[in-house]
Amino acid sequence: MSAQAAEEPHPPRTPHAKAAGAPPGRAARSLAGALPRALAARASGTATSTRPTPSAEPRTPRQAKGPRILNVPTGPLLVGLLAVLAGTMIVAISIGSVTIPVVDVWRIVWHHLTGAGATADPALDQIVWNFRTPRVVLAALVGAGLAVSGVVLQAVVANPLADPYVLGVSSGASLGAVMVITMAGGALGGLGVSAAAFAGAMVAVALVFVLGLTRGRLGPTRLVLSGVAVGYLFLAGTSYLQLQATPTELRSVMFWMLGSVAGAKWDQLGLVSTVVVTSTVFLALFGRQLNALLAGDESATALGVDVHRLRGALLVLSSLLTGTVIAVAGCIGFVGLMIPHLVRLAVGADHRRLLPLAAVIGAIYLVVVDLLSRTVNRPNELPLGILTALFGAPFFLWLLRRNKTLDAS
Amino acid sequence: MKLTVDGLHVTLDHQPILRNVSLDAAQGDIVGLIGPNGSGKSTLLRAVYRSLRPSQGLVRVAGDDVWKLPARTAARRTAAVLQDSNSNAVGLCVQEIVALGRTPHHGLLGRDGAEDHRVVAEAMDACGARPLAERNFASLSGGERQRVLLARALAQKPKLLVLDELTNHLDIRARFELLDLIRGTGTTTLAVLHDLDLAARLCDHLVVLSEGVVAAAGKVLDVLTPDVLREVFGVRAVAERHADGVIRITYGADPLALHDTTTDPAVTAEPSDRTPPAPVAPARPAPLTPTEHEAQTAVPG
Ligand SMILES: Nc1ncnc2c1ncn2[C@@H]1O[C@H](COP(=O)(O)OP(=O)(O)O)[C@@H](O)[C@H]1O
Ligand SMILES: [Mg+2]
Repeated sequence: MSAQAAEEPHPPRTPHAKAAGAPPGRAARSLAGALPRALAARASGTATSTRPTPSAEPRTPRQAKGPRILNVPTGPLLVGLLAVLAGTMIVAISIGSVTIPVVDVWRIVWHHLTGAGATADPALDQIVWNFRTPRVVLAALVGAGLAVSGVVLQAVVANPLADPYVLGVSSGASLGAVMVITMAGGALGGLGVSAAAFAGAMVAVALVFVLGLTRGRLGPTRLVLSGVAVGYLFLAGTSYLQLQATPTELRSVMFWMLGSVAGAKWDQLGLVSTVVVTSTVFLALFGRQLNALLAGDESATALGVDVHRLRGALLVLSSLLTGTVIAVAGCIGFVGLMIPHLVRLAVGADHRRLLPLAAVIGAIYLVVVDLLSRTVNRPNELPLGILTALFGAPFFLWLLRRNKTLDAS
Repeated sequence: MKLTVDGLHVTLDHQPILRNVSLDAAQGDIVGLIGPNGSGKSTLLRAVYRSLRPSQGLVRVAGDDVWKLPARTAARRTAAVLQDSNSNAVGLCVQEIVALGRTPHHGLLGRDGAEDHRVVAEAMDACGARPLAERNFASLSGGERQRVLLARALAQKPKLLVLDELTNHLDIRARFELLDLIRGTGTTTLAVLHDLDLAARLCDHLVVLSEGVVAAAGKVLDVLTPDVLREVFGVRAVAERHADGVIRITYGADPLALHDTTTDPAVTAEPSDRTPPAPVAPARPAPLTPTEHEAQTAVPG
């Protein structure tokens, strides 16, 4: 029946609606080619929207091209990116106050991983294996964790501005960390900064959950607003403590808040990698359900998804992930917001593809940023939070300029 | 595949929204759900697609109480196209949207197989959405979107289609095209429609909801009587089968003049007549007071 309707000749549709779209020069450059029609539909309102039946408008090759930049299948892309990640990590390990040839780095790492090959100069071995490798591995884990958490939260609260900290995790963690830093350690029963940060994060999230709950349901808007309010509440405490702090304490507070992986130790990596890897795998399993959430709560329900249970489970998982990451690396901003959008613009929004790719790209990104943080201002180190935004924002804005369909809904 | 709604009561915030609603749809039937804004149409659909649990009563699809079925099993039987408020489908392309219809057919570890690809392709073909497959959903026009969402519902391979104001905001051609599509699926359908003319064309049966109760139900002409149109919808109009076999609604010159019996074009005029302008009647009666309005829209039990 549809075919019949589509083939029936009918007069060409409202040319003025097309003209109401973008100027031709702009349209010609539009990435997806979907812009002129999308704009036309918006500009002309629904009543006169250009709605050619599929056969009525000849398809240009430009339109046949999907909204993606990268149309490579997920498997090969993932393998390729993992190789890039490994290469980046090796390079990042080799560069530092002493530059060590990549070959030696590889030999040392290989030796420690497999027990094979000759041992190197113990001094080099010490630098590579005990200082740089854990740091680079932690950077990768943190980048992956933040990217995954950002992807999930953006879908779960249906808000493109969401990042891993949208539920107040960072403000809770900050308060915990600042309490320990400024109150001479003993204040929280001898908790370390990491433990206090994690505890603070979980307290904040729990509060947001309770506030976000109505009639046993977690509403996206209510969650976001509760997160903002709880964030301000904790910020008040953090700011007050900062005012009381000595300049030295203040400096370590600042450094903690801007994030760093400088203090990475092998013994903390076990826990962090377990949390990051298992929650990433788990969250990726929910890819199909996350996709359904994009259709809206009611439609997802009609697709057989228990929206409220799913939302609860995803929020708990991603909060644990973010809390763990923030506990070991501080509040590294921007990665968890930017990487999800960047990867989505590049490979599309299907979460089964998006989540693993975002994890790897987040890892690569933070390894590179960490490398920069310890090299651009040698011998001083810059906090990661400064550089994630400094390098990420321009690239992100460029990508945003290229994408024309973001607001077409 | 039969749909039975039996004695349904739905309460929201301690307010009764639906009271003792019953309806039936036989295999292949298209049942139109009509009624003024706020009469509970979407609420009834929510109870059917298992989003809002009724406080009393049953919804049976193919014999089973949907509220006793697991969510995924129910979703393999019933597909819905809704007016979602928090849809955030930016970034998904049409093919991926349609593939969402396969969600209830897979568990956590299920991956898309050849069968899924075939079903998705068929659904897109059936709705003329195949040429849009690679397009970003956000870039589509309203009519194209509704086609795609209908394709998504068909990809669920449902026994029952539930449609909420599918044709709203669409231009006239798109509306008729969607009607054709729905009829062409041959699937049992429960459709909320605001346009009474479209409802009369599309549906085998109509159910009229008014303030949460069924005000009338049955064949189109038996339901769309001047009384129902006046008391439930608050307009003066008649529905008649024309010579071409199509049932059309004719609205009075002043559809709001409910009690103006001096000139009653909608009720007296032959469909083809050009009714002369009303000679004396004031352009419009004084606005209805709330009590009058309530009295008029209250449904005789
Ligand atoms: N979440 C809700 N809480 C309380 N009342 C609601 C809610 N949703 C809808 N209602 C009320 O239920 C009634 C029926 O709504 P609805 O089913 O959406 O009407 P329709 O679809 O017929 O326009 C309305 O009076 C509306 O105000
Ligand atoms: Mg409604």
